[in-house]
Amino acid sequence: MPETMNLSLRGGDFEAEVLKDGSGPPLLYLHGAVGQKGWAPFLDALAEKFTVYAPYLPGYSKSSGLDKLDDLTDLTLYQFELLDALGVSKAHVVGHFLGGMIAAEMAVLSPSYVDRLVLAAPAGTWRDSEPVADLLLMTATELQNDLWSSASSSMGLSPADFEANARLKANLAADRMQDLTAAGKFLWPIPDKGLKRRAYRIKSPTLILWGENDRIIPPVYAEDFSNLIAGSKVSVIPNTGHLLMIERADVFAAAMVNFLS
Amino acid sequence: MKLCFFHLMPYQDLAENFEKDYHSVWVGAPNSLFDPEKAHHMYSDFLDELEYAEKMGFDAICVNEHHGNAYGMMPAPNLMASAMIRATSKAAVVVLGNSLALYNPPIRVAEEMAMLDVMSGGRLIAGFPLGTAMDTIFGYGQVPVTLREKYQEAHDLVMKAWKEREPFAFNGKYTQLRYVNIWPRPYQQPHPPIWVPGSGSLENWDWTIKNDYVYCYLSYSGYKVGKTILDGFWDEMERQGKEFNPYHAGFLQIVAVSETDEQAQEYKDSIEYFFKKSLHIPAGYGNPPGYRSVKTNASQAGASTADSRTKQLSDFTWTDYLEAGNVIAGSPETVRQELTHAVKELRVGNLMLLLQFGDMPKELAIKNTTFFANEVMPHMKDIWSEYETRWWPEMLTNATPSANR
Repeated sequence: MPETMNLSLRGGDFEAEVLKDGSGPPLLYLHGAVGQKGWAPFLDALAEKFTVYAPYLPGYSKSSGLDKLDDLTDLTLYQFELLDALGVSKAHVVGHFLGGMIAAEMAVLSPSYVDRLVLAAPAGTWRDSEPVADLLLMTATELQNDLWSSASSSMGLSPADFEANARLKANLAADRMQDLTAAGKFLWPIPDKGLKRRAYRIKSPTLILWGENDRIIPPVYAEDFSNLIAGSKVSVIPNTGHLLMIERADVFAAAMVNFLS
Repeated sequence: MKLCFFHLMPYQDLAENFEKDYHSVWVGAPNSLFDPEKAHHMYSDFLDELEYAEKMGFDAICVNEHHGNAYGMMPAPNLMASAMIRATSKAAVVVLGNSLALYNPPIRVAEEMAMLDVMSGGRLIAGFPLGTAMDTIFGYGQVPVTLREKYQEAHDLVMKAWKEREPFAFNGKYTQLRYVNIWPRPYQQPHPPIWVPGSGSLENWDWTIKNDYVYCYLSYSGYKVGKTILDGFWDEMERQGKEFNPYHAGFLQIVAVSETDEQAQEYKDSIEYFFKKSLHIPAGYGNPPGYRSVKTNASQAGASTADSRTKQLSDFTWTDYLEAGNVIAGSPETVRQELTHAVKELRVGNLMLLLQFGDMPKELAIKNTTFFANEVMPHMKDIWSEYETRWWPEMLTNATPSANR
């Protein structure tokens, strides 16, 4: 059973909620813009081989301190502070979407902290011809729909079920307001914050994973990251959308364990 | 009370099926729909209508700022104010206003508004809106969760620029300037009156009251919904121990006056154009994550403004608009009664009248303005005469008291 750790950082400026389970070398998982809803099944597979830390980013769930972070650099430095507080000096870093953007920046700023790097549908570049979805303009229902490879795969709920589930809808709408408030601070209006100038510093062995049917960041963006990070490997997982680690938990976890072991 | 003629300068040539063919009037409506030749005439008509309002005795003429839309064609309201200033001499010119966070650096606002104030000989009222989410977040790429902080910092800079008589340095989070030294400085000392438009967010009330500014609720929800917002504002005033003065608040109301109640239906098409096309805004566009605080979203005021607009848009009829109070329309007597009732319910001293709306042709706008000025205005001027406004250009208050009150 994963445990929930509550850490107080920088004299209480930040209260960090961190989910932890497993044993073995440390692995830091950084969730994406839409957050994480508790301990996901794919983390169980990772916890068999690694000590997995899955913090909620500041502004998500009970993690506080968003107002103390002005930009992506602040947000990245915060991750090192968190690792220090966890007593981890080097970890595999796995990040999805916003978390992938942070993971890449960690490897840029302080390579010694980052063992191997896994970027799952990371944000951080921009193509005019294939714009990243605008999460702020999408309704909660549109977002819920487009996170998956197809409408019918939404967490096992058909669109009709989803429409009928008023409580789930209300919760998702409330979560969306909170989660995207935080994400918007670092991703809006264009998620290209200069990684392309800095990515040459990434020395960690890097795996780039993407869902073939990602409707939030199209898989063509895998090329950007592959070109930016020398020696990186790309794996596109078929029949899966943006939430590839939920939709194809087994394939996702297997690819990671294979790369990290 | 102060009766102010407000203009949105709507684009008037949206097609019959616009609201079905396009997702939104804001953000995404392509400017291929904009016909510059037609808009040339619209601008000309609109400025005529504003100037006519001054001739007819309105206390003020008002313009505002919106971006990337067919709802209001004034991305640069100071340009319109400038044109009006040269053509008028008696009315206050209310720029409601400049969205402070969108100007880089924000001393641009201090400079331009000082120019307007000097050009007009001290007739400017300076409005400082946060700006709608469509304008600020989507149109101007501002980060939702930091917008208000940036706006407040810009406000501090503008106010200091207006008040300081020596160059100073400004080390802000969003703006850093080694030398702030604006020329010209405002005609009015220490600065023009400040009005702050808002949509019912709690932090705005608090800030506006602490700074002793006028709070304006500009919405098309009408006075019945507006009462929820203004009651909240007056409650907050009381909580902060401030003395009541109706001139501390403003409200905008759509009004249509004609010979008879029946005849007022001549405004029906323009009203429908306004609510169905000019306000064709999808749910959520006005309130993206981070734009408003958690507290405001959870509040009653937050809830009432979030829903009202979209509900009205869908399938209201002329009668519905009248019953809900979105529009006060009818014979002079009907309008006098309902508007007086509204003003007293809301307890507002600054009333902004939207007498041109939607695709209303100039002749009808002139008719509405004339009827209002001749038949309604004289009966309303003396409401709140027991109070004095501290938020009005001094030269207009002192120069010809009888003509201006």
